[in-house]
Amino acid sequence: MGMTFAERVLARYAGKDVVVPGEIAVVRPDHLLTHDNTSAIIGKIAPELEKYGVVSPSMPIVVLDHVTPASDTKTATGHKKVRDFAKQHGLKNFYDVGEGICHQLVAEQGHALPGTIVVGSDSHTCSYGALGCFATGVDRTEAASLLLTGETWLRVPRTIKINLTGTLPHRVGAKDLVLTVIGALGADGATYSAVEFHGPGAASLSVEDRLTVANMGIEMGAKIAVFQVDDKTRAWLAERAVDPTAWQEAWADEDAVYERELSFDLSALVPVVALPHAVDNVHPVSEHLGLEIHQVLLGTCTNGRLSDLRAAAELLRGKRIAPSVRFLLLPASRTVLKEAMAEGLIQDLVEAGATLLPPGCGPCLGAHQGVLAPGERALSTSNRNFRGRMGTRESEIVLGSPQTVAASALFGVITDPREVL
Amino acid sequence: MKVWRYGDDVNTDMLFPGKYTYTCSTADEIIPHLLEDLDGSFSGAVQAGDVLMVGRNFGCGSSREQPALGLKAVGIQAVVAESFARIFYRAAINQGLVLVECPDAVRAYKPGDTVELDVERGLVTVAGEVYTFPGLPPQILAIRDAGGLLNYAKAKLAAREG
Repeated sequence: MGMTFAERVLARYAGKDVVVPGEIAVVRPDHLLTHDNTSAIIGKIAPELEKYGVVSPSMPIVVLDHVTPASDTKTATGHKKVRDFAKQHGLKNFYDVGEGICHQLVAEQGHALPGTIVVGSDSHTCSYGALGCFATGVDRTEAASLLLTGETWLRVPRTIKINLTGTLPHRVGAKDLVLTVIGALGADGATYSAVEFHGPGAASLSVEDRLTVANMGIEMGAKIAVFQVDDKTRAWLAERAVDPTAWQEAWADEDAVYERELSFDLSALVPVVALPHAVDNVHPVSEHLGLEIHQVLLGTCTNGRLSDLRAAAELLRGKRIAPSVRFLLLPASRTVLKEAMAEGLIQDLVEAGATLLPPGCGPCLGAHQGVLAPGERALSTSNRNFRGRMGTRESEIVLGSPQTVAASALFGVITDPREVL
Repeated sequence: MKVWRYGDDVNTDMLFPGKYTYTCSTADEIIPHLLEDLDGSFSGAVQAGDVLMVGRNFGCGSSREQPALGLKAVGIQAVVAESFARIFYRAAINQGLVLVECPDAVRAYKPGDTVELDVERGLVTVAGEVYTFPGLPPQILAIRDAGGLLNYAKAKLAAREG
């Protein structure tokens, strides 16, 4: 009997020939990602860190990104604590304020490699499945334990196979694909399962598209969401000077056993939005044209990469957004920002009316830099539209693709990007 | 003992708003905001021994552990759900918060029904009717019995030093 991707990787890390769903695999992940919450994590184990130290200086990846630059004295103090911790323990992978969003950095700095295991104290750690990495989120207490011991347990998940055919139509994005999948599966449709993306449609997606899709695996409840490594993945990693001998690719066998199979034709997809207050409340844009919006957010770990900014700039270049809309632009990293500047995309978007925010998480979690007032509605390329997430429970968040966000910013209402000249 | 009944897809932003996640980490800081965007009356009225009876996918969304930590700190006896989201499930194990996955019991429950729990034997009784739920694997019970993951890890480190 063949093995799924998750079974193969977990068996390898548990030192076994075979593992089966439901079994507990004790593993030592290659990396643990923590962010601003590092401060709270190390606070739980201060005496033990003093006594035993960190399990290895190259295992943790620490990124300050969630409330950056610091919004008040309390967050600034937390950042300082994290900075001091990184220095004291000689951490090899520390990224300070302004470098970017943790998930973008882990991917673009070559920390998430095919066939390896990365866990993180953030639910969107599942993003690195785009690179064929077994990546999943854990809580702060687990992160604290991992810093000390380097070891954790993972229940071997069952796997859902999603077959993709076709190619994305003009102005339909990977975000439309993943929202469509979540709408079909439901917000708990993949709870505790692994999700594998297969087929020529998966191969047709760029690595950046795959990062968008895998990022939202958690929004269907998945433990991991993973794509097969191909020449696109290898080229993407090679461009980032990652040593190809540092990983061992893994993929599912032809005869692997799945709990469920679904198929989607990319060519048949249309622009969609997730309406308040659930990510699986997915509807075609064409059914909600004219819904008023007060703020748009382009960026985040879901859609803050170069191709996302390009897709928006293509619609906004030489134009001006509606005066009733505030347009927040949030590149995923300093590298993305620099590349977008070199291409003139930042110029295009700022001239169209965008307010450029520093690379980081910013308004996505309602901490600062663009919270909503009661009665306001945002259209965002981020990954969650939960009630209250952008600051107050009396506001609404609609999720859409960079294309839909750009088109809608022009008119101040939900707009089908395919209809914009 | 009060039973707090909530529906499906209760996410971690409703259980503990994201805007507080980087300024509130301790039980004292968390409790005033616990379930703030789900039920404003909860944190002022909850008492040790109370039970949560909830629908599918409880705790979905962010990996923040404040909901599990806070529910444990106020003395919630158990959260009985149709199903749990996976990171919340781990967080609860790591905090020593008791979770019971028993969809039949949740579906049978009506406001005012009595609820009794016997976690060791895997039984939940709703209005006199007994429902069973599966036990946890030994690796997980070891974490629970140590009083949560950190105690478990610390004991392991101390033993290694021996």
